[in-house]
Amino acid sequence: MIPEGWEAVIGLEIHVQLATSSKLFTSAAHRYGDSPNENVDPVVLGMPGVLPVLNKRAVELAMRVGFALDCEVHQTSRFDRKHYFYADLPKGYQITQQLAPICTGGAVVATVDGVERAFKLNRIHLEEDAGKTIHDGRRGISLVDYNRAGVPLIEVVSEPDMRTSEEAVAFMKALHQVVVATGSSHGDMEKGNFRCDANVSVRPVGQTELGTRTEMKNINSFRFVGRAISSEIHRQIDLIEDGGKVVQETRLWDDEAGMSRAMRSKEEAHDYRYFPDPDLMAVEVDDATYERIRSSLPELPRARQKRFEEELSLSSYDAALLTQSRARADYFEGVIAAGIEAKVAANWMAGELLGRLNKEDKDIDESPVSASALAELLRLLHEGKLSGKMGKKAFSAMMDEGVSASAWLKSNGGQITDPAIIAEIVERVVATHPGQAVEFRAGKEQLMGFFVGQVMKETRGKANPQAVNAALRAALKGGTS
Amino acid sequence: MNPSWATIADLQEAFRTGKLKAIDTVQAAFDAVESDGQDLNAWTALNRDAAFEKADAIDRRRQAGDALGPLAGIPVGIKDMICTRGLKTTAASRMLENFIPPYDATVTSKLRESDALLIGKLNQDEFAFGSSNESSAFGPCKNPFDRTRVPGGSSGGSAAAVAAGHCTVSLGTDTGGSIRQPASFCGVFGLKPTYGRVSRYGVVAFASSLDQVGPLGRTVEDAARVFDVIGGHDPKDSTSLKTPFTSVLSTLNRGITGLRIGVPKEYFSEGLDPSVETSVKAALSLMERSGATLVPISLPHTRYAVATYYVLATAEASSNLGRYDGVRYGHRTPRHVDSLEDLIAQSRSEGLGDEAKRRIILGTYVLSSGYYDAYYLKAQKVRTLIKQDFEKAYAQCDIIAAATSPVSAFPLGDHLDDPLKMYLMDILTIPASLAGLPCASQACGLDPSGLPIGLQWIAPPLQEERILQTAHFFESQTDHHRHRPPGGER
Repeated sequence: MIPEGWEAVIGLEIHVQLATSSKLFTSAAHRYGDSPNENVDPVVLGMPGVLPVLNKRAVELAMRVGFALDCEVHQTSRFDRKHYFYADLPKGYQITQQLAPICTGGAVVATVDGVERAFKLNRIHLEEDAGKTIHDGRRGISLVDYNRAGVPLIEVVSEPDMRTSEEAVAFMKALHQVVVATGSSHGDMEKGNFRCDANVSVRPVGQTELGTRTEMKNINSFRFVGRAISSEIHRQIDLIEDGGKVVQETRLWDDEAGMSRAMRSKEEAHDYRYFPDPDLMAVEVDDATYERIRSSLPELPRARQKRFEEELSLSSYDAALLTQSRARADYFEGVIAAGIEAKVAANWMAGELLGRLNKEDKDIDESPVSASALAELLRLLHEGKLSGKMGKKAFSAMMDEGVSASAWLKSNGGQITDPAIIAEIVERVVATHPGQAVEFRAGKEQLMGFFVGQVMKETRGKANPQAVNAALRAALKGGTS
Repeated sequence: MNPSWATIADLQEAFRTGKLKAIDTVQAAFDAVESDGQDLNAWTALNRDAAFEKADAIDRRRQAGDALGPLAGIPVGIKDMICTRGLKTTAASRMLENFIPPYDATVTSKLRESDALLIGKLNQDEFAFGSSNESSAFGPCKNPFDRTRVPGGSSGGSAAAVAAGHCTVSLGTDTGGSIRQPASFCGVFGLKPTYGRVSRYGVVAFASSLDQVGPLGRTVEDAARVFDVIGGHDPKDSTSLKTPFTSVLSTLNRGITGLRIGVPKEYFSEGLDPSVETSVKAALSLMERSGATLVPISLPHTRYAVATYYVLATAEASSNLGRYDGVRYGHRTPRHVDSLEDLIAQSRSEGLGDEAKRRIILGTYVLSSGYYDAYYLKAQKVRTLIKQDFEKAYAQCDIIAAATSPVSAFPLGDHLDDPLKMYLMDILTIPASLAGLPCASQACGLDPSGLPIGLQWIAPPLQEERILQTAHFFESQTDHHRHRPPGGER
């Protein structure tokens, strides 16, 4: 909660690693988790004379995000050099897009407190990631791993369009959903695929000019983005209320300490000396490629959710739940494509499947029960071959043992619904109890329960009750057998 | 036949007829290099064992009747800006004194595939920063015509080694005149191709938008043979041109009938040494007498070229040299350091020479926030104007001729205390570099001290062929290319 009388202004810069198999300017592998300095080559290491060659796949993935966020996606963009010295920056400059980025404008649409909001974007540009420096204070040395150096990134830069940390979190989540849905990023935050810097300033409500901002770096989880931003908002307000001034600076968020600390002030800020990279030509995307990329976009989560609500009459809760990931929505559509009614499929997924997967900490694409296997189960239930109770038992077995619903039914016996079989059993039961039959026919209707009980005893409870009732009524109706 | 002075065609003929073996040429090359001792100082590294091995392999392959590459058995030298796998590549800097690249430049691998014999690496100005070779961290190469004088730069070693008969041909790099000016000072032929015609992959970067690799040889034909090998598109260099590359060798004898030679008045103004002017004008009269037409032209923005060049080239250089930080390779300070910043600053202070520091400071300044528009951006605009000067001129002529350098080789140490004066001497070579045009320098006479004078040819983009035909014709009519340095008439 922001104290009364104050307003915060928040802009986000999100670095998203693109899901390419090689780096932005060389064929060295882009792979997480390898031994240090395994994914390097002379280009990654910035050796003398080597040159960058642009990875076209990265351009395509960046464009997909741009189209999905309704940006202006440019057919011509350029790369610039951004200079600073650091051990994990091999060339002494980062190749990025400063003057002519690949996308400008656009918006991230997110729902905050049940209201749909469009947060404006400034731009999306392509750039290369840096390596990682590990300081070993105990041994007094620093080690550098260049595996991440040169990995393709897009930086998504928002306008200062957010006012609360909740909005910032909603922005991040919605953007995350889009970059994953477009297949542009794996979006794995633990692997650093999706990293956030936040620009935060505060001002008294009603003031139009912006307060002095700080930039908080390195916020790498949804959990912490809210905490980091609201802690910074409070730090700034407290500072001003105590008669102090906010200093323009870069702060580093520390997950473990749960607080940020100053990293460098404005005076220490680098002069990056941007200029067009003379080693690279402008990126030119021809009309055909542009159209191909635009038209190959999958349906995006928010659109899919709307369609589920409007065309399949799902509740907005279910629709949101089922479109949380592309795999989940694909699964759902797989079930209904097999002829299952949407509501039935949604109920089972929400009630049984997702609950079980959640308990086992599994994603839907790791589910032992495939969409078609679930559809088979739901069909057997619908046809009455399984009772609701048996259906749940069958589902458990499918999850645990990987059996199919029909196989389970075969070995555990399903409900007996075949009228011919039931009629035969009924006839036998009636024949062995002639006295009761006579009494029933004479009008002692209470004996119905007795006959049903006998049939159930005979079938060990598997006979379909409605079918048994009908068969008994037919068998006991007037006359003698 | 003395293999040290033979042309490629002569050597090939001798190999074919069995009069000579590759092993003889490599032996002659190393004899020449070693008899010169350290005096000429043209080489920064020698590739002795590998060269003899390769020569031996070539001789055996020839014996077996195997197909051989177009430069089989030809001794070549490579400027030390150009990476050679397994062989030190220093850019004549302390920073890279012990750097052995794990990769070949594209031009190096093309030379290897052509079966050329790599004799070694050639001295130069540090990171190609200079016009005299005096900024080399390993001492200046000397001019073979007068060892108290500079060989020119930055490709001084490339020109001197060819002029002194150490190797048949060499590779140099040219950013603002670094092939043409030393070719002129040493009396050899040097070609700077159109920007993008030859791959820059693996060539230590000075100014990426200007750098270009080119051949030097004692004859136009020798250089043309090397150009045929190294030219063409390279997918590893995004700035390399995709235009199909066709051999220039077969077109050398087309002659100059109807050729219109543009003579820019701005290139024949004050500062041009009278003996240079006389030789160049004599060369032009000869061409006129031989059927060419001389057309007076104007390149009005020439006077801004040096300033423009030193803004753009230093800006790019300051960026390109950022990678030499002592972290991954190259010189790292042996001193105790307290921080990464300290490590980088110390290593660079120790590893880079004065001229490199001067250019890094200049380049950093022109790119600084607040100065970028006034310097870098403005220089880019002037560069466009200079390019347009040439485009307009080529409406009236087919090729442009001028002196390569306003002076002949000057004494060692003459300009060391006045870098600006040295920069200004690049006035005749820089405009064509800024315009990315193909150009060359060939010998057109000797001055009264017996020092070579260079005639420069500048052609429209991709017209290397026209330059080579014109220069080949001039060569066929004159003997200037036959002048040997003292002791060279072996």
